[in-house]
Formats: sequence, C-alpha cells, structure tokens
Amino acid sequence: MSTGARRESWGTKVGVILAVAGSAVGLGNFLRFPGRAALYGGGAFMVPYFISLVIIGIPICWVEWTLGRQGGRRGFNSAPGIFSVAWQHGTSRFFGALAVFIPVVIYMYYVFIESWCLGYALNYLRGAFVPGPDPSGYPAYFANQFNTFIGVNADGALFQGGSPALLLLALCFGLNFFLIYRGLSKGIEAFCKWAMPALIIAAVIVLVRVLTLGTPNPAHPDQNVVNGLGFMWNPKPAGGGGTFSALANPQVWLEAAGQIFFTLSVGFGVILTYSSYLKANDDVVLSGLTASATNEFCEVCLGGLITIPAAFIFLGAAPLALVAGSSIGLGFHAVPVVFEYLPAGRFFGFLWFGLLFLAAVTSSLSMLQPAIAFFEEGFGMGRRSSMATLGLITASGSLLVVYFSKDTVALDVMDFWVGSTLLVVLALFEVVLFGWVIGAERGIKEANRGSDIRIPAVFRYVIRYVCPAYLLAILVGFAYSNFPSQARSVAERPAALLTVGYMVVVFFFLWLLVQAAARRWNRSTGPARHRHRGGS
Amino acid sequence: MTLAGWCLMLGSVGFVLTLTAYCFFRVLRSPVTKDHLHAPLDIETHEVD
Repeated sequence: MSTGARRESWGTKVGVILAVAGSAVGLGNFLRFPGRAALYGGGAFMVPYFISLVIIGIPICWVEWTLGRQGGRRGFNSAPGIFSVAWQHGTSRFFGALAVFIPVVIYMYYVFIESWCLGYALNYLRGAFVPGPDPSGYPAYFANQFNTFIGVNADGALFQGGSPALLLLALCFGLNFFLIYRGLSKGIEAFCKWAMPALIIAAVIVLVRVLTLGTPNPAHPDQNVVNGLGFMWNPKPAGGGGTFSALANPQVWLEAAGQIFFTLSVGFGVILTYSSYLKANDDVVLSGLTASATNEFCEVCLGGLITIPAAFIFLGAAPLALVAGSSIGLGFHAVPVVFEYLPAGRFFGFLWFGLLFLAAVTSSLSMLQPAIAFFEEGFGMGRRSSMATLGLITASGSLLVVYFSKDTVALDVMDFWVGSTLLVVLALFEVVLFGWVIGAERGIKEANRGSDIRIPAVFRYVIRYVCPAYLLAILVGFAYSNFPSQARSVAERPAALLTVGYMVVVFFFLWLLVQAAARRWNRSTGPARHRHRGGS
Repeated sequence: MTLAGWCLMLGSVGFVLTLTAYCFFRVLRSPVTKDHLHAPLDIETHEVD
C-alpha cells in the first residue's frame, strides 16, 4: 500500500460525489439509454429500470463505496488490497487483478471514442461538415464522414496519413494523463467540479432548444416534439397486447437491468478506488446515493428528453427505429443530421459533442486511477513511473483498437468481453464478498458508520439474496443471447482472435503483478501495513 | 403522446429530480467536520531525484 508521508485525499465531499458521478456519466446516458428505452418497450421500460435501480444499482454502489472506504482505512487504494482486507484468500487477489484489468482495458477503447467526440466538437466549431444543399443526402454524408473518420472501411486506414484520428487520440491521452498526474484533488476533483456543471448546463441548453422546436417542418406535421417525446416515452405494447404487455418479455427486464448496471459504472473497480481515499468516518451512504442520483438526472432528465425526440423530429419514426439500438448509429450518424436542420446547428453541434467529450473525459479519468493506485502501493512506484507504465500499456491497447478499425472489430470485442461481461462477474464477486463473506449485517453496519443517512434494514436481504440472484440472471441471460455469436466472430475473424489474445496476455501480466505486490505487502510489517486513516 | 406516456415521463423525471434535489440538499446541509483534510498543496510524487 502507499507508504508516503502525505497521502492523497479528496478535498471536499461535493468533489468526491462529482468525481464518482463523473465516472458514471458518459456517452451511455445520452445515447445508449434513450435508444434502449425506445426499442425495448418505450415508457414501459422505466418500470424494470427503476426496479433495477433500487434493487441492484444503488445497493451495489453502496457495496463498492463501503468496501473501498474499508480498504482505505487499512492503507489500500487499489482493488487487490481492498479485497484482501475483506477476505484474505487467493480469490481476492484474482478478482483484485480483474478489478485493475477491467478499467484499463475499457480505457483503451473508450479513449478512442472520446477522441471522436473531440473531433466532432472541433469540426462543428470549424464548420467542417458541409453535406451539400440536398437534405436527402444528409444521412449518407454523415455515415460516410463517420466511417472515414474512424477507419471503419479498412484496417490500418487511420495510419495512412491525412487522418486527424491519431492526433486527437494523442490529445485525449495527454489530457487524461495530465489530470491524473496532478493527483486526486488538484486533478480529478478539480476537473470534475468544473466539467460536470459545464456539461449539465450545455445539456440543458440543448434540451431547451429541442423542447421548443415545435413542428419545424410543415410538410411533416406529425414529426413534432410531442410525438418525438411519445416515441420515447409511450409504452409500446408487444404483439398486439395491452399497454404494458412489453413487461412480459424477459428481454426488456434484462435490457433494463443491464442499462442500470452500465450507467452507474458498477463492477468497474473505479468506485472502490475513489472511495478508498475517504476518511474512516466519511459518509458513504448519502454520497453514494447522491452520485447515483446525479447520474440518473443526466440520463433520465437530460438524455431521455433530448436525443430521441430531436432525432424523431427531423428523421421520422422509421429511420430512427433502424439506428436507435446502436449508440454509435444514433450519436454519430443520426444526431449530426439533426444539427443540419436546426437553426444555429453548428453551435448546438459543438455544444452537444463538447458535452459528450466532457462526459467521456470524466469517465476515462476514473478508469486510470485504479491502476495508478495499484502500481504506487503495490511496488512503491512514484507518480511518474506508474503513469509511464500505465501509459505504455494503455497506448499499446489503444493502438490495437485504432489499427483494427475495420468494422470496429477490436473495439467491439473488448467492449463485449470486458465492458459488458466481466463487469457483471466482478460485481457478482463484490456482492457475495459483502453479503456472505463479510456478512450483510456487518457490512451495512460498516456502511452506516459516519453516514448522514442510514441504509434501510431491508437492504440486508436485498444485498445478500436478491442482488446475487439478479446478477446471475443477467449474466446467464446475456451469455445465452450473445456468447454463441461472439464466439463464432472470434473464431472467424483474425483481428478478433488477436484482440482476445492480447487481453489474455494483459490480464495474465496484471495477475502476476498482483501476486508480486501481495508478497511485498505480506513482507511489510508494523504501522506501514496496518496504518489507519484516523477516526478508526 | 398518450396519457400513459405523459404519466411515465413526468413520473420518471419528477422522481429523479426530487431524489437528486433531496440528496444535494442533505449533502450541502451536512456539517463540514474538522477532520476533513484539505488536499496537500504540493503533490508528493515519491520520485528519487
């Protein structure tokens, strides 16, 4: 663990809340959620959505906040140490390695997506999108622009020269590592305290613009803002059934639970690290609830009222239904078309992609901190050395993603196996650790220590029984729906196989490092190992 | 937009707004304890120069 004389800590309570909320708020709030809701039952989607929020989302957040603070009391800021504090067992080290691996790999492709947002924001600022006078050509123009921009047409396309992709990626890397170098309070917290309000203000401006659009095209009077909201929020009956018949479809429940899971960034290993920098008696219950609520505000009140209605107004129902299920299709093909129709579209386009960029940075920052903390406390590395090590690892992965850009194969493979599957596996371990190894009653007592509000007693049973069962159901359902096709894809595409091989090597490397760090921790004795953070 | 759509939209937005406002109200109202350390002025990077 860290042995330096001065240890990092958060500056203010609002700061840590905004940092955790920033970690959670990302492109998914504005692109994935609206698309999923519109496709899977419309407004009826919100029923399983809020149920999942209450019975898995918020409880797992509380679990991670509590485990992190508990590990921090023993001087650990990374998951391998945090888990070992709770359970001295080899399994803890394995899942600790997973909790370092997951955010590192997600960062590798997420930073590429972040660079797209930056590129689009700058293009809108420069007025670089010129689709021509014929509106019927807008969709094809923007689809082509995007495909060229990210190299979808051929592997290695972005290395040919003339593409700004690598420069934008380097800028994003530079910004992320600069902020990480500045540390917790002067880097991450300071940035999030500015970026979160800025992105919310930008989103509110776009929201007001969208909600005041009325019926912009008299030739299509049905394509108006109220019908656009209806496309998103009206419950969609399934197969001629009743209003809420979509709720009989298990896929709707699976999608809603999955959305809650991904939107709150649980199972990333990030909240564990962030909360480990709290003091022993700092509140975790109200802070965790507030961070989750902030994320939900961005998702339901902003994302849910902007993206689909705006796209509906200018594209219509049928074209929108084709792209709504894909965050990339919605965000980078459909939405730019909207800005072409909108008065002052360049300004709103800059604002929109600018806020997506800020949302992406607050998330990508959080993905770097767990590994930095691990290198520092596991091996006594300084900030520069740990950043250099992590920079090399993440740059190698990002270059793999950028090179194998044809059909975004490498990105999709990493997103599926790590960003979708392993998250659930890690979260399952965390709730079992909290609910069964530590014991739900003891765990909740630990969570309530120093907290401004108390976790209701019923959550003892929710965390111990309901969360693991629900997560297992998500995992099994997800595997059943997706594993066969994904396995085929890996077998048939060399780029996919190479990406999986790369991830296996990275995980194995990190696991070896965790074993070495654990031996080092076991050798250290006395105050350096069992130092408490006060109030204990 | 149907009646159910209006109810779901206003109910969802209302619930989230209320929860967020309540949380921030409680956070901003909670006392700042003396043992909350402020961040160090300098970053200790543990480098050996």
